[in-house]
Amino acid sequence: MDRIPILQMGRHLLVTIQVDMQDQTALQLQDDLSAKIETTGASGVLIDISALEIVDSFIGRMLASISGIARVLDATTVVVGMQPAVAITLVELGLSLEGVRTALNVERGMKMLSAARKDDDDDA
Amino acid sequence: MKTQNTALETLLKTDRDAIVDEWVGEFKVGGGKGTGSHVVAEARSVLDGLVKGVSDGGDPARFDGQAWAPLRDALETVSAARAAQGSTSGETSRFMLAAKKPMFDRLQVTFNKDAAALAENLWWLSLLVDRAAQHTVDAYQRTREEIINRQQQELLELSTPVVKLWDGVLAVPMIGTLDSSRTQLVMETLLQRIVETGSELAIVDITGVPTVDTLVAQHLLKTVTAIRLMGADCIISGIRPQIAQTIVHLGIDLQGITTKATLADALALALKQSGYVVTRPKAA
Amino acid sequence: MTTRDGAMALRTEHDIVMSRQTVRKLTQELKFSLVDQTKMITAASELSRNTVVYGGGGEMRWEIVANGVRQGLRLHFEDKGPGIPDMELALTDGWTSGKGMGVGLSGSRRLVNEFEIRSEVGVGTCVSITRWK
Repeated sequence: MDRIPILQMGRHLLVTIQVDMQDQTALQLQDDLSAKIETTGASGVLIDISALEIVDSFIGRMLASISGIARVLDATTVVVGMQPAVAITLVELGLSLEGVRTALNVERGMKMLSAARKDDDDDA
Repeated sequence: MKTQNTALETLLKTDRDAIVDEWVGEFKVGGGKGTGSHVVAEARSVLDGLVKGVSDGGDPARFDGQAWAPLRDALETVSAARAAQGSTSGETSRFMLAAKKPMFDRLQVTFNKDAAALAENLWWLSLLVDRAAQHTVDAYQRTREEIINRQQQELLELSTPVVKLWDGVLAVPMIGTLDSSRTQLVMETLLQRIVETGSELAIVDITGVPTVDTLVAQHLLKTVTAIRLMGADCIISGIRPQIAQTIVHLGIDLQGITTKATLADALALALKQSGYVVTRPKAA
Repeated sequence: MTTRDGAMALRTEHDIVMSRQTVRKLTQELKFSLVDQTKMITAASELSRNTVVYGGGGEMRWEIVANGVRQGLRLHFEDKGPGIPDMELALTDGWTSGKGMGVGLSGSRRLVNEFEIRSEVGVGTCVSITRWK
């Protein structure tokens, strides 16, 4: 079973999903990310799905779960690069992906994470 | 069957140019149109395909066989060209059928001492030419359908252009009734352009949409949801008072979508959200 | 060369992935638009998962169908599992909890042109979906 690699960049974690994942792989990613957020004290998670041509309800729920878990661990999650056909299909499927922040690309996503972190630092 | 093929084959090969000329003549006499050199070239290519099929041992009863592939290709090329020029399917098949006379005439000469063989050969050739004519009609139909589909698609695309209003701001003026297939197309085109240009704001202007009912509202809502899912946002503008009334009346929930009465208002908001400030220098 | 019909087993998670790839190949061969491909593959993914996870395993059958000039792809997801006791409930949108078959069944229905479901408690379930070009 392939394991999706998680890269660390400063206080952010980067994940690029490029394979057609088995359900187990997605669950493993969820576990790995949660663990890594904790051990690194990351404040932001960026998930790049620009290579994903299919996002079904399982993956959708995984993304929502990761978002939720990260929030509890005080980190912001941004999902970037959703393909138009995927967006159209998700809407038709009825998956709202509520609570999941999205951005058009990695650049915008990183800006979002930095802005979020800045707000946190200002509040501190 | 083998002997017939060889006889026919020799006949067609020796008299190839004469047959082509007579064929074209026959076609013109029957009212066929087309510039001289064009028709001659077409007849030549079809005859060559036919001869190839005969020499490869093709059976007219099995026109879909491998042997007739060159002939089918030649026929399809001629058909497609004529379909694009606007010829009718009748003319296209008449072209093929005009080949019978020159070939029949020569068969009669070759087999004038053998009635049975003549009859057999005539039948064989007749079957072949008929099949070929049928094939041109089928190919013609297919080409016309493809042309029509392509034109429909272009028409659809032309009627919903996505324009860039500013850096990061796209706009789509919707005109006419919003049905399912149109909204689908607009949605797909708009989302694609959002990704291509990296625009974070899209303005959908419905000034040109006569009525908004629950179905139309649903389509608009889906479009906005998809845009937001991707990480951009959408403003709906051009909401006339009557439409506003209908929306409230029908109890349509716009789910936090920003709406503006005019495209101008929407643009002003978009610029503001993007961090731009518009100033006017003092008049001199 | 397009096969007119075929079948594949749906027993493991890996099969769910394979069903997506199979449907992708079929929709590409039939030259569906990208959006239509995505919708069909996603629907297949949902239904395959239902078959594996809730149906105790089964199979996916496919056939290329024609309606005059139109071509289409029809998929059948069949299992000999527990069956669905409350069809109406299963077909209503179950987004919020996200658990169970909720989104899968009702969502898939919206992704295709034709949707048919037959289920009997204790016997099994068969879901058939069709997408036309």
